[in-house]
Amino acid sequence: MKTILFIIQKEFRQIFRNKGMLPIIFVLPLVQLLILSNAASFEIKNIKFSYIDNDHSVASRELISKFQASSYFKIIDSYSSKKEADFQMETGKVNVILEIPNHFERDLIKENDANLSVSINAIDGAAAGVENVYISQIITGFNQKVQTQLYQYNKDNYVQPINIVMIPSFWYNNTLNYKTFMVPGILVLLVTMLTLFLSSMNIVREKEMGTLEQINVTPIRKYQFVIGKLFPFWVLGLVILTVGLTIARVVFSVPILGSVALIYFFTSIYLLVILGIGLIISNNSDTQQQAMFISWFFAVLFILMSGLFTPIESMPIWAQNITLLNPIRYFVEIIRMVMLKGATFSDISEPFFMIVFYAIALNGIAVWTYKKVN
Amino acid sequence: MSIIVQNISKSYNKIKAIDAISFEVKEGELFGLIGPDGAGKTTIFRTLTTLLLANEGSATVAGFDVVKDYVAIRNSVGYMPGKFSLYQDLTVEENLKFFATIFGTTIEENYDLIKDIYIQIEPFKTRRAGALSGGMKQKLALCCALIHAPKVLFLDEPTTGVDPVSRKEFWEMLKRLQKKGITILVSTPYMDEAVLCDRIALIQKGSILKIDSPENIIKKYDKVIYNIKAKNRHQLILDLKKYPSQYSVFAFGEFIHYIDNSSTFNSIDLQHYLEKQNNTEIEIKIGNTTIEDVFMDL
Repeated sequence: MKTILFIIQKEFRQIFRNKGMLPIIFVLPLVQLLILSNAASFEIKNIKFSYIDNDHSVASRELISKFQASSYFKIIDSYSSKKEADFQMETGKVNVILEIPNHFERDLIKENDANLSVSINAIDGAAAGVENVYISQIITGFNQKVQTQLYQYNKDNYVQPINIVMIPSFWYNNTLNYKTFMVPGILVLLVTMLTLFLSSMNIVREKEMGTLEQINVTPIRKYQFVIGKLFPFWVLGLVILTVGLTIARVVFSVPILGSVALIYFFTSIYLLVILGIGLIISNNSDTQQQAMFISWFFAVLFILMSGLFTPIESMPIWAQNITLLNPIRYFVEIIRMVMLKGATFSDISEPFFMIVFYAIALNGIAVWTYKKVN
Repeated sequence: MSIIVQNISKSYNKIKAIDAISFEVKEGELFGLIGPDGAGKTTIFRTLTTLLLANEGSATVAGFDVVKDYVAIRNSVGYMPGKFSLYQDLTVEENLKFFATIFGTTIEENYDLIKDIYIQIEPFKTRRAGALSGGMKQKLALCCALIHAPKVLFLDEPTTGVDPVSRKEFWEMLKRLQKKGITILVSTPYMDEAVLCDRIALIQKGSILKIDSPENIIKKYDKVIYNIKAKNRHQLILDLKKYPSQYSVFAFGEFIHYIDNSSTFNSIDLQHYLEKQNNTEIEIKIGNTTIEDVFMDL
């Protein structure tokens, strides 16, 4: 026990003396949390909108003014021909072209039917879909208003237009604030990346410096050394979680409905999984550079398949099955459930026991692959 | 016997690093492994300190088998690897304390043993190990290897990259440790250090060529070595190599060491020959045999 404590003390000394690493450990996560949470937005805003008004009527101007009033659209320019507008689409200056045909207003009033043509740049398919919805909403709104006006013109046969109004209620995030959704996820990402990178480079560093050879001839036991080396990073992981939760609460006002103790309890087990992965990487690489590359490979794979940026439900079945092996997936799921839904232990018991299982399995492999003798 | 090595062989990917090495080191002996880089010295050390498993053969250190009783060996040997391998970002004192603790002891307990050495680096005890000079680093590493009062001390090229004064001091320290009853196995590529050992093993390409005391090795050497000097060194070497009865020619300091294989060799004949080849300022005298001469001949 005394030996373990001494290794831990030594390890902390080394961490705090490493002037290059210290800011990376403490400042970088905060900067990332503040920047990423504000920047990694799924909201589509400032859509580059242009129009071709061939009609020049009251109705066409009113339609365009609706787009101007919307905060989602930014009117770039108006063009006199489709050809010119298409050219601007090619150069990337505009993403949406609305073409109002000749006699738009006349057709609308006389025949109660008019066509509009909308072209959307769909290189980013998801964004194009969202843009289409926004455009449709504006045109529908315009349509209803026009209809109402039309009916008012013939007062004698006035019929109340039928309007079905849908009022959705958004559970767990009623203002649809994407930050509420993203901040817990990004927090998971930071805790994971930092502990994974630091632990994977840690033992390999001793290998590189030659100090491991000196350690290996001492009577120190494998488990003492491994625990002593990894404990500081376990503590660091929890410190980063604390800082991150504070920022989430204070800066982003993310609600924490569930129990904070449950989040810590889960994180403390989850960190064992990550440290185990880090140790396995460390055991199997000879230089810090190698360890770094392998860690990156896993980190990128884990993050992109974690449901943090893209919903797991929309992945193909085989990919969904792969995500079952991904510890980050469970952490993202659990932290969102606990923070936003107020989940209790019984709600998260299934992913929780998965993580416990991984923690035991991975650390078993890690200690087993750590060799004192070649 | 403190160390017994029997027919140890080790290969790395089919390349033999050491081949059927056998030797014994007596208790309290200062035993040297002398050989060039790549001779297999470090492999022997790593095998004896339980860091490496040999492919064949067996070895015991302080009465313990290197495979079966590795835990006991780790408690009773001190190892100083060739590369400085202490924590560069910890101070002198912290390093020493760290190693004392993981061996389950304290600095005070074995202070007697390291006192002579530690006193020299004590003024720098709050300095980080990485900021020490080469000689200081060696002293600190030796302290750390001694802190648990080992029965056997393994020193792998302890003086490589250390200045001559520090090297001399280092060997004096080893002599003092030896008097305290510690068995020392030391390796070095420097032939001048070989004479400081009680017995030496000359190693080359993974095999032991000779084991004996340095005095005996020199005494048993039956050839006469001539120190030869001339104005044009390069010319001299070329000419000597052309001499009909030459046995070996190699540069050694300011002289050329020349060995002849003819029983009727006469230095005056050689002098005439060299003069005929236009060498000037020729000087020929019988030199003292050194370990290096013996080694070159093996």
